[in-house]
Amino acid sequence: MAERLVGTALVIGATSDIGREVARLLAAQGWTLQLAGRDASALAREARDIEVRSGKAPQVVEWDALEGGSLVDDLDPLPDLAVCLVGLLGDQAQSQRDAQAAARVMRTNYTAPALLLGALAERFEERGSGVLVGVASVAGDRGRAANYVYGSAKAGMTAFLSGLRSRLARRGVHVATVKPGFVRTRMTAGMDLPPLLTASPEEAARAIVSAAARRRDVVYVRPIWKLIMLLIRALPEGLFKRMSL
Amino acid sequence: MELHGWGRYPLEECRLEHLRQGEDAARFIAASETLIARGNGRAYGDAALNPALTLSMLPMDRLLAFDEQTGLLTCEAGVLLGDILRTFVPRGWLPHAVPGTRFVTVGGMIAADVHGKNHHCDGGFGASVESFTLATADGDVRECSRTQHGELFRATIGGMGLTGVILAASFRLRRIETAFVMAESLPTADLDATLALFEESSAWQYTVAWVDCMAKGASLGRSVLSRGCVMERSALPARLGESPLGWPRRNGPTVPFDAPSVLLNRATMRLGNALHYARHRALGGPRPVHLAPFFFPLDGIGAWNRLYGRRGFVQFQCVVPKAEGPAALAELLKVVAESGNGSFLAVLKLLGGQGEGMMSFPLEGYTLALDFPMRSGTLALLDALDAIAHARGGRIYLAKDAGSSGERLRQGYPNCAAFNAVRRQANGAASKFSSLLSQRLALDCAA
Repeated sequence: MAERLVGTALVIGATSDIGREVARLLAAQGWTLQLAGRDASALAREARDIEVRSGKAPQVVEWDALEGGSLVDDLDPLPDLAVCLVGLLGDQAQSQRDAQAAARVMRTNYTAPALLLGALAERFEERGSGVLVGVASVAGDRGRAANYVYGSAKAGMTAFLSGLRSRLARRGVHVATVKPGFVRTRMTAGMDLPPLLTASPEEAARAIVSAAARRRDVVYVRPIWKLIMLLIRALPEGLFKRMSL
Repeated sequence: MELHGWGRYPLEECRLEHLRQGEDAARFIAASETLIARGNGRAYGDAALNPALTLSMLPMDRLLAFDEQTGLLTCEAGVLLGDILRTFVPRGWLPHAVPGTRFVTVGGMIAADVHGKNHHCDGGFGASVESFTLATADGDVRECSRTQHGELFRATIGGMGLTGVILAASFRLRRIETAFVMAESLPTADLDATLALFEESSAWQYTVAWVDCMAKGASLGRSVLSRGCVMERSALPARLGESPLGWPRRNGPTVPFDAPSVLLNRATMRLGNALHYARHRALGGPRPVHLAPFFFPLDGIGAWNRLYGRRGFVQFQCVVPKAEGPAALAELLKVVAESGNGSFLAVLKLLGGQGEGMMSFPLEGYTLALDFPMRSGTLALLDALDAIAHARGGRIYLAKDAGSSGERLRQGYPNCAAFNAVRRQANGAASKFSSLLSQRLALDCAA
């Protein structure tokens, strides 16, 4: 295990189920936190929780992925670690019918987080250090009928992170891609998820924090997903398109 | 979805919703004729099940304030005890009462007025609660304490969630210098020796006994009693001195599937009990033991309830007044030993006295807890044990119950009618906040 660095960490999407756990875990390890999200009162609640736990009040930054805006300039100091958990599953059927709904899914899962991580990467590169963690998805590994609007945006995120990682590999900045698989969160509430493939938000948070600490490249929260997606990717398209996956 | 308590009996189809912020409580309360709040599902039977609406409090897991001077912690009701321990033990603070598992919520600990191994010294969890906020039927959120809505405060402590939805609570932690207990385990030959050792150990902060419930005849009630006190910093041996207040962050392994029920038979029960007895006897002491294994010997194995197989298990826990203790316990243990439907775990503990809660379980006397795998004769055995406990002036622990008869159980709780009067006054109907437990025991109609 690499030496644990501690400094300032930015959690974007800090009121999401995984974001809350990431923030708590980092706070427990001694990090100073910056919490970003769109709901000011929910952010304040999480910030208060972190302050009671750690004795250190996080900086709170209101930021809405769909409105864009320059989150990076509001950060003081520039963080050493940034974890982006912004995402929206949406409803595939609705996304098929309604271009606006599809655009919302695409922007929330790809455009907005990619632009934000890109902007942070510029600053990190300038400084010559830092770790960025982007959350992609197993849904981005192959477009499936059931969720390809979401999946395509996540595929874009995967490609973006991969390119960014490669570009910054010799510049002191590390980029990690985390693919959670199923996680029991608000996003998946009401879905019937297979227990062996489903992680808790806390488990996902541990994988994210450990990916950052150990400077891992691509991490599946539950390793079994790596095998599953390997098989799914290996299916010939002619066969794959007839399967209901 | 299908829900159950820790014993996995009964299983019921319930509408489950999650409360994410206190502001939403009124909406859920208004939307259903009856409902019950649910913590982490560690009550054994049907206490946190309501088919109409079961409201999970787990997302309400934020800390709200902590006073370093007084040790007063304020947090939301869904915060887990384990979360409090790993956050505050390293800072030198410990809750007043710590039950046998850390996977319980603050709301659940108040609702069951849980007790720990120190009940004879410090009382139950309710005694450390200063105040809480309670959402009631009209959508109001009331701040309850000993001086404000005092009746509702006393009804809610030990009230099994039947007075409203606890949203947040303030309770005291106490200072500790180390996370270690100086503990010793002492074997006893029979029931009289066990009870005598409890008396002799009354000055020890924590006491509990594991009874070998397969033992019969002259060795009926033979036990291993463990006792301990939290260590002071100066008493800690050098090898533990590096991290005097450390707390493990990770949980242990989890039982991955239901054990086949054939594994639960007389031979394995006998073996399990004998091994447990031998192990603790060998441990001896006095020796420093970390608080985590000392408080939670079973939490080391996640989902240990699956060891009882698909049909689940039930727990019997009663308390009998001290004067009746020796006779009542002998009768109970005899019935268990003779039934052959043995229990892997039989826990005996001396309790300190009646808590403030109208429906609090503890009273001054001995409490005995037994696990039984659910099979055909189990409910009849529970009924026989219930009858003995009540004939001796005892009562059954609501947080454990899954099969008692209402009429007899209510005899053990003389404040039942007063409790319902408070429920009616606060919520219009006593049954607004009700569970399968309260419906089964007809607690809602006791007047």
